Amino acid sequence: MDAAIELEGVERRYGERVALAGVSVSVPEGATLAVLGGNGAGKTTLLRVVAGLLRPHGGRAHVLGAALPDERWKLPARVGYVGHEPLLYRELSGRENLRYHGDLHGVQHGRIQEVLEELEIAGRADEPVRDLSKGLVQRLAIARAILHEPTLLLLDEPRANLDPAAAELVEPLIGRSSGRTRVLVSHDVSGALEESDVALGLKGGRPAPVDAELYR
Amino acid sequence: MIAAARTILRKDLLIEWRTKESVPAMVLFSITVYVLFHFGLDRDSLDGELASGVLWVTLLLAAVIGVSRLFAAEREQGGIDGLLLSPVDRTALFVAKAVALFLFLTAVELVAVPAFGLLLLGPGLGGAFPELLAVLALGNLGVAAVGALVSALAAETRAHELIVPILLLPLLVPVLIACAQATEPLFRQEAGPEDLGRWLGLLTLYDVVFVLLSVAVFDFLLED
Repeated sequence: MDAAIELEGVERRYGERVALAGVSVSVPEGATLAVLGGNGAGKTTLLRVVAGLLRPHGGRAHVLGAALPDERWKLPARVGYVGHEPLLYRELSGRENLRYHGDLHGVQHGRIQEVLEELEIAGRADEPVRDLSKGLVQRLAIARAILHEPTLLLLDEPRANLDPAAAELVEPLIGRSSGRTRVLVSHDVSGALEESDVALGLKGGRPAPVDAELYR
Repeated sequence: MIAAARTILRKDLLIEWRTKESVPAMVLFSITVYVLFHFGLDRDSLDGELASGVLWVTLLLAAVIGVSRLFAAEREQGGIDGLLLSPVDRTALFVAKAVALFLFLTAVELVAVPAFGLLLLGPGLGGAFPELLAVLALGNLGVAAVGALVSALAAETRAHELIVPILLLPLLVPVLIACAQATEPLFRQEAGPEDLGRWLGLLTLYDVVFVLLSVAVFDFLLED
């Protein structure tokens, strides 16, 4: 099976501070990589490097066949990203936000209604995002990320703010059963390990064994 | 690229329509400055180069507010990431932002220029209106191109509200000179478009250079 993500000795710095160093991992197509570690371990930085939002300062990174950072332009159409920020405009309604992102991705408008219904937010889709609860905003963020049917999902705590019923609702869209290649950042170690094929522990930006020491 | 620019522009205009954050603030600022000049200069009416200078300094300072807010939604709501995660040419973002700023400036001038005519200008605007429109349009184009560039540059910095005026105003000095010089004869008691062609030519040259320069460097500004 081809690797969807291939990282070798990837490094990333913010000024003098090393955020990632020596990170190597290979994720086959359709598999899930769980990225685990404490606060400030470099998990979000890794996700942003893989998304093409941050350029690696060292090592080799190939994502969906694109060599980063030079071929970063190949990625956006094939990557769905759920990060800490929902990437939604508060003054626009959920539907307007999805139409905006859908138009940028060349998605048919019929697909927007389909995704809204799948996530059971069609009834609240015409309200401004600023008036919605965090859980509904998170569902909209997931809707935005999957609108263009991406091959690779980059998920940073995707179930944050979701109640158990909503977490179940998003499962076929962003869970293991979606069949997509996924990178999952989570603080729920057992849950993440359960739904992953490959695990990567990070501590201080460097690879570390996934054990009790990871969070100390 | 045009379709993406239209999508981003439509979103920006919709957000401005709902929040009313930039244009009303720019209008209010302009009128307040006219009132300050009225009392500061202790004159009931102005004409010639003084009138021209007051009008253009006021409009360019009002533009600083618009430029500071141009990337506010992207900065505060993660919109830049959203755009970088979309398969669109970054030039579309520049075009959309520059057109949005051009429209904001035009909307401000629809109120601020007649207000200037009423509050401060001695000779009246009527006779020189077509020439003034040409100067305003070319001035706005230059401010929009440079403003979109500076706003993008400052968007990811912590001190963006300081960086915008520090970078923007020096870059707009040629616009100020050309606009003020082109407008000055129009604001004389015996109005006449003296040397207008020369200053409009300079403005056009500035606009062409900065539009091309902005398109060329905009991509690099969004690099991390």
